[in-house]
Amino acid sequence: MTEPVAPGTPPEPVSAAPPGTVAAALAIWQRAGGLAVPIATAVLAFIVAGLVVAATGHDPLTAYKDIFEGAGYNWIFHPSTDTAAAAPYNLSQTLLQTTTLILTGLAVAFAFRCGMFNIGGQGQYIVGLVVANWIGISFIHLDSFLHVVLCIVLATLAGAVWAGIAGFLKATAGAHEVISTIMLNWIAIWGASYLFGDNGPLQGPNPAVPVSGDVVPGAQLPVFWGDQGFQGLHVGLFLALAALVVYWLVLNRTTVGYEVRAVGYNPDAAAYGGISVRKNFVRAMAISGAFAGLAGALDMIGYLYHFGVLDVQSNQIGFLGIAVALLGRNTAVGTGVAAFLFGGLLYGTNQGLTSGVIPTALAQNVTYLIQGLVVLFVGADVLILYVWNARKKVRRARAATTPEPAA
Amino acid sequence: MAEADTILELRGITKVFPGIVADDHVDFDLRRGEVHALLGENGAGKSTLMNILYGLYRPDDGEIVVRGQPVTFHSAKDAIAAGIGMVHQHFMLIPVMTVAENIVLGLEPTRDRVFIDEKRAAERVRDLSRAFGLALDPNQRIEKLTVGQQQRVEILKALYRKADILILDEPTAVLTPQEAKELFGIIETLKREGTSIIFISHKLGEVLEIADRITVLRRGKRIDSVPAAGATEPSLARMMVGRDVLLRVEKKSPSPGDPLLQVEGLEVLDDRQLPAVRGVSFEVRAGEIVGIAGVDGNGQSELIDGITGLRRPAGGTIRVAGREVAHSTPRLMLDLGVGHIPEDRQRRGLVLEFSIAENVALHDYAKEPDSKWGWLFPGRLVERARRLISEFDVRGGGPHTPAGALSGGNQQKLVAAREVARDPKVLVAAQPTRGLDVGAIEYLHRRLVEERDKGRAILLISLELDEVLSLSDRILVLYEGEIVAEFDPSVSEEELGLAMLGGGRREAAA
Repeated sequence: MTEPVAPGTPPEPVSAAPPGTVAAALAIWQRAGGLAVPIATAVLAFIVAGLVVAATGHDPLTAYKDIFEGAGYNWIFHPSTDTAAAAPYNLSQTLLQTTTLILTGLAVAFAFRCGMFNIGGQGQYIVGLVVANWIGISFIHLDSFLHVVLCIVLATLAGAVWAGIAGFLKATAGAHEVISTIMLNWIAIWGASYLFGDNGPLQGPNPAVPVSGDVVPGAQLPVFWGDQGFQGLHVGLFLALAALVVYWLVLNRTTVGYEVRAVGYNPDAAAYGGISVRKNFVRAMAISGAFAGLAGALDMIGYLYHFGVLDVQSNQIGFLGIAVALLGRNTAVGTGVAAFLFGGLLYGTNQGLTSGVIPTALAQNVTYLIQGLVVLFVGADVLILYVWNARKKVRRARAATTPEPAA
Repeated sequence: MAEADTILELRGITKVFPGIVADDHVDFDLRRGEVHALLGENGAGKSTLMNILYGLYRPDDGEIVVRGQPVTFHSAKDAIAAGIGMVHQHFMLIPVMTVAENIVLGLEPTRDRVFIDEKRAAERVRDLSRAFGLALDPNQRIEKLTVGQQQRVEILKALYRKADILILDEPTAVLTPQEAKELFGIIETLKREGTSIIFISHKLGEVLEIADRITVLRRGKRIDSVPAAGATEPSLARMMVGRDVLLRVEKKSPSPGDPLLQVEGLEVLDDRQLPAVRGVSFEVRAGEIVGIAGVDGNGQSELIDGITGLRRPAGGTIRVAGREVAHSTPRLMLDLGVGHIPEDRQRRGLVLEFSIAENVALHDYAKEPDSKWGWLFPGRLVERARRLISEFDVRGGGPHTPAGALSGGNQQKLVAAREVARDPKVLVAAQPTRGLDVGAIEYLHRRLVEERDKGRAILLISLELDEVLSLSDRILVLYEGEIVAEFDPSVSEEELGLAMLGGGRREAAA
């Protein structure tokens, strides 16, 4: 310890700005900015998507109302637990999607905090699905609880390993994680297509269809809302919510998270601080992949139970995680909220549209349209701020004519 | 009231940032053809004031008057249109483009309205540089230029845009003494041509040398404006800091103990895998400060990196307190008790997005009491940060303030606080006072001497001759990766300077 020295002048009292001052108002505004920009992003995405819907000759407001109801968000107006009614059932389905999206969102967000862009959430999710399916159709005499745990743990690990490969390649060979995770996606997709496909090792009992076998009932997650036969909501939702808490805790309350953030913000300073940057690349990718692998496990033993080649090829939920993380600004709460929004979109456009205003096919594309727009606009929040400032400038210019500076 | 030849006036400029009033009703005026220095410690509000004048910030209150006309600047474009040019501390040039291309950027002379007329651009730049006595080859690429030449490009850029009010933001901070001399010559020429110059600085000597008038800011307030003629260094320092300042380092003669850092035959490669440190040997004993002098780029950075483990040495040995280090890593060197104040506090010394508390833990976050079994205790970090903030007089924020929000001097104090508080055996201080103001320099110098007296071995690497001469107990000269001379601190500046240019030979063997 050092002995105290008498500084030349006493330090200024350091405290938050007193309330009521300009500084305090600015601080609040700054904090609000963290919220305002993602909201503006989402609103803009919806407006532009609405314009597209309008361009197809349909009424965007009705479409959004349909999506809103289709997603079960109207449950808030008539709350009930009876999933025989439309709103509660729709909400349970939205939450089902939310469960997955929280985790695939975290898979992207965690790597982001370490300064990496994990585009491989889809591949890591599929690897999780495959492993959970494989464990779920094997070891059928295992105790049910153990079986579930085994499915979850191994699938999560598999996701971690899959993403860890990209981290390892970055740490050792300098391979950019965007490229390697995209490649690993394709390996996962084609690998799963083989495994579930004709004569594949995981193909189900019917040799005519390229679909895996069903996870045995003992390995299935309990459903707590709705009917298991009608894709009820499984307890995995709580695991996903817990994952949000874990995400926050790991980042903000552990040395692992400290290292991740240090490397993410400034790898040079991290190295100077004695942190191994390479180790963190591998570890952060692995943790990211674990989230996606867990998503695959929960889907498989929560409500899918089996998966086919066509599903592998068309599934997008891992990619949607990118938009979730971007919109949620890589925070725990933001990711949760964004997952709920995209979950509603995904299910609402799929099942809703009771008014029949627009065809289902178009409606489904609205989800992906909004997803793309969010990704676009998040990258462009500078643009949003610019538009915002320009608007103010125009207003001011109208209010008062500025004297022309002398040339 | 404004005098006839007043070209610029700032009246009651106020700018508030969250938690801090950067400028508090500051008045400032500039006459035609004068050099008006804006003097103040880091964080005194100089840069904020100039950024307001240059249209980068909007004032919360106050008025800007240019040539008698009140103006409102919405961006730098408006300021440039009003004839204001600014040369920032960090140059804004495109390295792969030529001098001429950089200067005309955005205002290129064209042929047929489409094609850039490169010949004419080069010509105009040549004319301009001749008119103002700034020797530059218009067709040279920026990356080939020295820092001093790049600064001239920045000045020309402003002149090309017809600026007759020129803001120079700490222009000498990046220059060698020779380059600074040349810059002063340029400033004299500009003055003669009728350009008015605002010269931002915290170095007393140069302000007295170049300025006609001096305005002193302290903590966002204008203290006074005085003519340079009657001012003295102590009087300016008193205005800046608000108390008497010791401009000389006072220290007892050293009483060196055991060698704590022994370097033998150290070889380190640079980024291009070329030898940058070539067989360097020296030792630093407990209770002494060994200064390494040298012109920038003679292997200083690589030497520091080699000793601190940030670069793996290609050869040689390092011993810390007698223990030989086979494979140095940053972690190992930290654990052996080597503290390091890095030369670039923003790139390396701090994670600017982290709070002060988090930065304080940068080396020891994985140890008790900061954490246990991987679990971090933010409360303890905050507590420690609070202690260091008051002990090292870090101003401008509390434990939760992001380090990036602090001024340069306070960032450096924070780094020094963290390193010293770890109780290191060896302290490597690289450019510890670069870009700092008198108050902060005085503090850090005194602190380094105190740490020496506590029995630490201090290796000081600095480009500032004054600093090396006044702090060191022994001086080594690094030239092209080798130690070419060793001096006593009583050596004359000329002799040292000669050795730094390779003109010396190693004298007595250590």
